[in-house]
Amino acid sequence: MGMRPVAEFVRVRADMPPGHIRTPAYLRGKVGVIERTLGPFPNPEQLAYRHTGTPLPLHRVRFTMQEIWGPQTETPHDTLEAEIYAHWLDPADAP
Amino acid sequence: MPHDHMSPSGHPFRADDDVPLSYWQAMEIAVRELLIEKGVTTAAEIASQIDAMDARSPANGAQVVARIWTDPAFRAAMLQDASAATAAMGFDIGPMKLIAVENTDTLHNVVVCTLCSCYPRNLLGLPPDWYKSRAYRSRTVREPRAVLAEFGVTLPDNTEVRVHDSTADMRYIVIPTRPAGTDGWSRDDLARLVTRDSMIGTGRAKSPEGLAGTDRPT
Repeated sequence: MGMRPVAEFVRVRADMPPGHIRTPAYLRGKVGVIERTLGPFPNPEQLAYRHTGTPLPLHRVRFTMQEIWGPQTETPHDTLEAEIYAHWLDPADAP
Repeated sequence: MPHDHMSPSGHPFRADDDVPLSYWQAMEIAVRELLIEKGVTTAAEIASQIDAMDARSPANGAQVVARIWTDPAFRAAMLQDASAATAAMGFDIGPMKLIAVENTDTLHNVVVCTLCSCYPRNLLGLPPDWYKSRAYRSRTVREPRAVLAEFGVTLPDNTEVRVHDSTADMRYIVIPTRPAGTDGWSRDDLARLVTRDSMIGTGRAKSPEGLAGTDRPT
């Protein structure tokens, strides 16, 4: 746990699949930086249907409010952190 | 002004709950009765689990925060692995995986669960109804400063607001800043300053003046 030495930017996949998904829709397509990596934990998308959950890393990703909501947001430099499973994240450049 | 909609005690009458059971309420009763009939569990065991749930309260979390304020080694352990640190303190945290996030002069943390109502029940008890409301869940990620202001917490622009959306496996507890004027206080006295909302991030710890006069340590 703890901060990584080098900022690692990731983009949340912009998919909209059906099923039990723990990736909030408002974060799909957004770029953030990995704050810490947890797990591995069994994939909840499989557990929800009583399948064996594949163990996956769970990343805490930090986004700026500007990245999520655009420049008209309340305070652009405020931040939001959420837990996103590894299969929802692609490498990205800094926003 | 007619008073026929008021009870003799001066409170409005509340409509009786004369509605059919929902699908899930009927399901819960059916499964519970079957488990008892088949001897998998007993009514006494179910009642004792409900008692255990009701017995958990924000007082548990307040003890953790007061210790963080007074014990630097425990603070470090909490920030490193809050599940292990609270378990070592004697709290039965079960399968809960906990992260502690610390407020400072330049950072204010607030916790929400947009997808459902994830909450550190083992340390804070049952969540307040507003925590589960659509309004709190949707607005806290969109306009956290407006929501905080409605709770009476206004923050300067140079304080970063950090929202934690409890989306998956982790649960969160906010460590509020220690109020001024509490040097030398005992851990139990400090714990009385720690409110439920201050550990969700929608409030601050009480100041010494916030305690009733008779509660204040001398």
